[in-house]
Amino acid sequence: MHAKKRYALVLFSGLLLLLFYYGGVRLLAATSAAAHHSRGAWAPAPHGGGRRPDKLGAARSYLRTFADSDDQEAADLHAESPKRRRMARSALYRNAKCRMDTCWDFSRCPPHKPFRVYIHPNAEHTDTTLGPGPQSAAYTKILEALRRSGYLAERPEDACVLVLAVDTLDRDRLSPDYVSGAAQRIQALPLWSGDGTNHLVFNIYSGTWPDYAEELGFDTGRAVLAKASFSMDKFRPGFDISIPLFAKDHPQRGGRPGDLTANTFPAATANKYLLVFKGKRYLTGIGSETRNALYHLHNGDDIILTTTCKHGKSWKSHDDGRCQQDQQEFDKYDYNTLLHNSTFCLVPRGRRLGSFRFLEALQAACIPVIEANGWELPFSEVIEWDRATITADERLLFQLPSILRAIPPEKILALRQQTQFLWETYFSSVERIVLTTLEILRDRIMSHQSRSAFIWNRPPGALAVLPEYSENLADFPFFRSPLGLPPPQGFTAVILATSPIISQSAPIYKLIKAVAMSKHAAQIVVLWNSEKPLPAKNRWPPTGIPIMVVKGQSKVSGKQMSSRFFPYDIIQTDAVLSLDEDTILNTDEVDFAFAVWESFPDRVVGYPARSHYWDEAKSRWGYTSKWTNDYSMVLTGAAFYHRYYNFLYTHWLPEEARRLVDEGDNCEDILMNFLVSHVTKLPPIKVTQKKQYKETMLQGNSKSSRWADPNHFSQRQTCMNGFVDLFGYMPLKRSQMRLDPLLFKDPVSNLRKRYRQLELV
Amino acid sequence: MYPSSPTSRHQPLLRTSSRSGYPRFIPVKYKNFYLILFTIILVGLILTGIFQFWPHSIDIREERESFSLYDVGHLEEVTVPLMSAIPDRGELECRMHSCFDPYQCQSSPNNRISVYIYPMKKYVDENSVPVMPSISREFQEVLTTIADSEYNTNDPAKACLFVPSIDLLNQNILRLRETGQVLGRLPRWNHGHHDFQLQGANHLLFNMLPGMEPDYNTALEVPRGKAILAGGGFSSWTYRPGYDVSIPVFNPFTADMELPGKPDGYSRPWLIVSAQTVIHMDFRAELDAVARDNDDVLVLDRCNDLPEGIPAHRRRCKEDRVYNYPDILQEATFCMILRGARMGQSALSDAMMAGCIPVIAIDTYVMPFSEVLDWKRAAVILREEDLPDVHNVLRRISQERITNMRRQVEFFWRSYFRSMKAITLTTLKVINDRAFRHASRSYEDWNDPTPKSGVTSPLFLPLIPTQAMGFTAVILTYDRVESLFRVITEIAKTPSLAKILVVWNNQAKAPPQGSTWPKVNKPLKVIQTTANKLSNRFHPYDEIETEAVLAIDDDIIMLTPDELEFGYEVWREFPDRLVGYPGRVHLWDNATKSWKYESEWTNDVSMVLTGAAFYHKYFGYLYSMAMPGDIKNWVDTHMNCEDIAMNFLIANVTGKAPIKVTPRKKFKCPECTNVDNLSADQSHMVERSVCINKFTDIYGMMPLKMVEHRADPVLYKDNFPEKLKRFNQVGPL
Repeated sequence: MHAKKRYALVLFSGLLLLLFYYGGVRLLAATSAAAHHSRGAWAPAPHGGGRRPDKLGAARSYLRTFADSDDQEAADLHAESPKRRRMARSALYRNAKCRMDTCWDFSRCPPHKPFRVYIHPNAEHTDTTLGPGPQSAAYTKILEALRRSGYLAERPEDACVLVLAVDTLDRDRLSPDYVSGAAQRIQALPLWSGDGTNHLVFNIYSGTWPDYAEELGFDTGRAVLAKASFSMDKFRPGFDISIPLFAKDHPQRGGRPGDLTANTFPAATANKYLLVFKGKRYLTGIGSETRNALYHLHNGDDIILTTTCKHGKSWKSHDDGRCQQDQQEFDKYDYNTLLHNSTFCLVPRGRRLGSFRFLEALQAACIPVIEANGWELPFSEVIEWDRATITADERLLFQLPSILRAIPPEKILALRQQTQFLWETYFSSVERIVLTTLEILRDRIMSHQSRSAFIWNRPPGALAVLPEYSENLADFPFFRSPLGLPPPQGFTAVILATSPIISQSAPIYKLIKAVAMSKHAAQIVVLWNSEKPLPAKNRWPPTGIPIMVVKGQSKVSGKQMSSRFFPYDIIQTDAVLSLDEDTILNTDEVDFAFAVWESFPDRVVGYPARSHYWDEAKSRWGYTSKWTNDYSMVLTGAAFYHRYYNFLYTHWLPEEARRLVDEGDNCEDILMNFLVSHVTKLPPIKVTQKKQYKETMLQGNSKSSRWADPNHFSQRQTCMNGFVDLFGYMPLKRSQMRLDPLLFKDPVSNLRKRYRQLELV
Repeated sequence: MYPSSPTSRHQPLLRTSSRSGYPRFIPVKYKNFYLILFTIILVGLILTGIFQFWPHSIDIREERESFSLYDVGHLEEVTVPLMSAIPDRGELECRMHSCFDPYQCQSSPNNRISVYIYPMKKYVDENSVPVMPSISREFQEVLTTIADSEYNTNDPAKACLFVPSIDLLNQNILRLRETGQVLGRLPRWNHGHHDFQLQGANHLLFNMLPGMEPDYNTALEVPRGKAILAGGGFSSWTYRPGYDVSIPVFNPFTADMELPGKPDGYSRPWLIVSAQTVIHMDFRAELDAVARDNDDVLVLDRCNDLPEGIPAHRRRCKEDRVYNYPDILQEATFCMILRGARMGQSALSDAMMAGCIPVIAIDTYVMPFSEVLDWKRAAVILREEDLPDVHNVLRRISQERITNMRRQVEFFWRSYFRSMKAITLTTLKVINDRAFRHASRSYEDWNDPTPKSGVTSPLFLPLIPTQAMGFTAVILTYDRVESLFRVITEIAKTPSLAKILVVWNNQAKAPPQGSTWPKVNKPLKVIQTTANKLSNRFHPYDEIETEAVLAIDDDIIMLTPDELEFGYEVWREFPDRLVGYPGRVHLWDNATKSWKYESEWTNDVSMVLTGAAFYHKYFGYLYSMAMPGDIKNWVDTHMNCEDIAMNFLIANVTGKAPIKVTPRKKFKCPECTNVDNLSADQSHMVERSVCINKFTDIYGMMPLKMVEHRADPVLYKDNFPEKLKRFNQVGPL
């Protein structure tokens, strides 16, 4: 009995043991197999997770490294020399395989020489050559933009880039603008040197019906191709430049601003439609697939995608039975209304990859949704298109609505703003398209100084940020806040002196004293533009800061006015306080204006303001110094601005603009206001002043003042219209406010106020 | 199951040991019992042993394979027939739209690609010779990283990207043809349905050392069809833009090292160091010439006779002087990176590790991750021909740019280069961004070092909005109906007012009857809230159709139409700022070491009260949906500081100060609704100070910006006929 019990007990425990281990494990394996029947090789096992790190550590120690030192350092030290390799490569990788390193002749663009572009002469054809042939309006615009770019070379040997006089824009054989015999015309040019080295060839239409292969009808060889509707297959990365397809009537310069008038949030509040398209349908052939499928997405509500078959000669023969129905929908909508009332605009490929619609949508702040597989987007080398467009895959067309609906409103807000920035900066005129192309080339050539994507893709854009000014973003007026840097310290007063100093009570001495007392003043620079000798050192008022004298341009030289904005090396601070010799300012006025400028380092901050208006009767711009409720300019006889604008004024503005100033000995301040508003798209800022400046002068206190001249005024009007002509548009913006110190004229004790002198009468 | 097993196993043992207290003598009648018991225990122990230490013998197949990752000795052997199909060599025309199958990624959730790793197998040829060498430590890390990442999937049917567990990192040790055959035999290589048009599509291969002697191709030469290649050392001709991924060449000899960081402002004695050992002698001659002319250039080579035991890769020499590598790179501002036999150089990684700015003179080399990283901010790129001029170029680079570049180099290294894990994840992110382009990371996400120091206003476009749109007044009210009606009547006189929105916060009482409301010539709409919360004031109601919103309290009746209209005009010039009337300032209290709220007459302003302020509707959205931390709840709980919260929010995203408009006038102090006693007022001020400190903590810094100006009409207080001024009813009248 006792034994039996024991047997039973032991047997039982033994069985239990067996069951527990064997059965349990099986069971678990079975369930885990059921749950993860498809588990792949790399699934961390649920009960094995804890083991892994140890095993991994163990494995690491015995696994080999992927390369031993010989692998990494295997070098054929005695192989071909780098030079020979480069030469061999240049010979091998040409034409379709061109890269800057193999096809570009950098010796034409040495770093010490300025970047220049030479345009082939428009020579008559001779017995041996055909001459350039006819030029289309668009190509004339391109050449004109090059001529005005400031990069034009007189002689080919000075140029880094060469541009043909032969119009290569339209290479569609069926087109009226097609220039025949282009190959012969070009090959005959000695400068082409057989393969087009360092040439920049512009093209908008290549290939023709029915396959629209991107051939140009001549061998472009080693020339950089700036071409619209570039396909990724033909595009030579880092060598070619994709440009936008633009219309014949695209403006030469200036150009229309973007259509966005308000950043309504969310965009859907103002936009009736989510996605729109109105255009041709091709029915058959290249590029027809996507457009043929659009009607599936059209919902007549917030997605309006309408097409028409009625174009070309033989559309009826291709009618797929939908044409009539499509046409009904098509006729219901107006293209421009759709464009301006939709958040997204579909930009599907046409026969070619690019379409006019792209720029139209961009301008209309309708976010382009690109359905053109394989299109190398315009200026893709520098522009980040994902900030302004949605690039969709033609193969996933039907997912488009759900993709677009999932885009958060804050991203739409950013995308729309970016469309406007890109349009106005790089696309709005032929001039901008050409300049952008040149700047891309320039960035490649000065590769160690070139502008980063950061500069290209945020206001004011790369065309206004010149790397030769500085390689540090902090030195420009635009980027301190985006970089999280404090405002720059101190200012340099630059006083333009033209009249001799007779007495010790001369206004200029008072001015120097007042300015030097400012706690922010770092130095004073006197531009001595008078022919009279400089007063002796001991006659200058004592100041705690250095006074430097620059012997400027005399009146005779004819460069007097522009010299006041010359970027003198001795100006050590970012802030420049530009002053006339007879300006009357007190220290508080200077201090307060500087404090304001620190908040707005990209604008002109000054005291007396002026305004422009449109003179309907004369249909020209008018200039007024009357007291008005708004202003668009502040006079640079007393104004703070960033010294970078000196650089732009001198090295970036068109020569004619400065000539206009120097010839009239006038208008330099108007030009400076044009320049700054052109770059920032913002008005200047007027701050409080104690006394009314210059207005008193007009009464003739100071005989030498040019303000007393009756011609002076009409001259300024003329200047202004001349500048509008040069800029291509009126860049000035109006402001209705003036910035005053916080307690200005408030009914509190003057002692509590920081800028008391402003209120002393 | 396992945790309980030791006890159950020991129980019988204990029982026997408890017997050990009995006399040694074992009675015969128990002999059988003990024998059986012993056998059972023995069998139990054996079985236990088997299960415990070799559980996989009975596990399901996948389970065993899963383990094979760490146990590379036990792999399923697969014979690759001699005549097995070889994939195409690799198509140079491949782009995402032509060679990548997007349909496979449709089932991937959250815009994230799913990656499947093939089970590891041992491939042998018909002679049973292994096709490829054993897996390397680095490739194993690639696989482990993917397996542990959020991208991993175990279901090939759901995968968007396939990674063969075949180690292709080093072409030198690969049998090209056979490896290609192995790829071709992968189950999904032909899309699972023998679609040869798509062979290798959506497959990702990793390679760091491409090509072999003598010509060293710049891309992996294993026949690879349409597979995406994550390769080190691409040239511009072999790299398929937007399709391949250029990756750095990892250096296994230095990667585990921790170089002690150099302090900020450490002045590096050398301008340029070249420490590569395998550059062409012509390059070396050119560098030596530069070093001869400039004493801040150091050109190093391998050491000839190092003592035993010192690994060659840890030392560099110049004539007799011996330098530690890579430590010497920390002593240089710029590090030269030239090509060896290959374009990809692990010296680039070493330089970055040392915070040394790479100077790359490798013509047509595709920089690692150049699709997303802006190398112009982190490296100097030269042409090989300019090498003799390198000193000239580099010495002109300003200290500021050097500082910025170094910060960028360190950030790139930390985020994308430092380990095989970082390299692998970056590669996947790049491909993920392409597959879901509409949801891709931005330039800033990739390139701005964290923590971010600067800000770009979300309303970055310099745009003065059209005046015609007008503004919407949002009045938050509880039950002061009489005062509310007066406010409505007053503000309705403002020309640019487009609509009035009354936010009725009183939950107990319904808003007054329609007929009792004042008759105004502007649309008026009442919104009844569901909870009495201060945040309701900033909610971006659909009824707000204008950009500009005027938040106004139900007791602010002292603002004239001129003042409101002028406020709107100023807001138009500064649409990304808070533009308001009464201003306040924050001050640092040195005694309490905390921020203090100040409402006295001051010469500075850093906040404007939202009792009367214009703001862009977008900020209402941010306030309601995306305010950091629990600020919104804090405000609602404390029924205070919603205006301070708004000031913080806007200053934080724009980096700009608010604008106070028009001179101070006697406001019914919005902060002192019971001005009767001073102590209530003071406690209120204390609470506001608490808010400022609390919010500063949440933001991790003080975002408010202080300015000294306010905006007045151009002709304010000017000696000019009042009737000609556009805004003359401004300030104390």
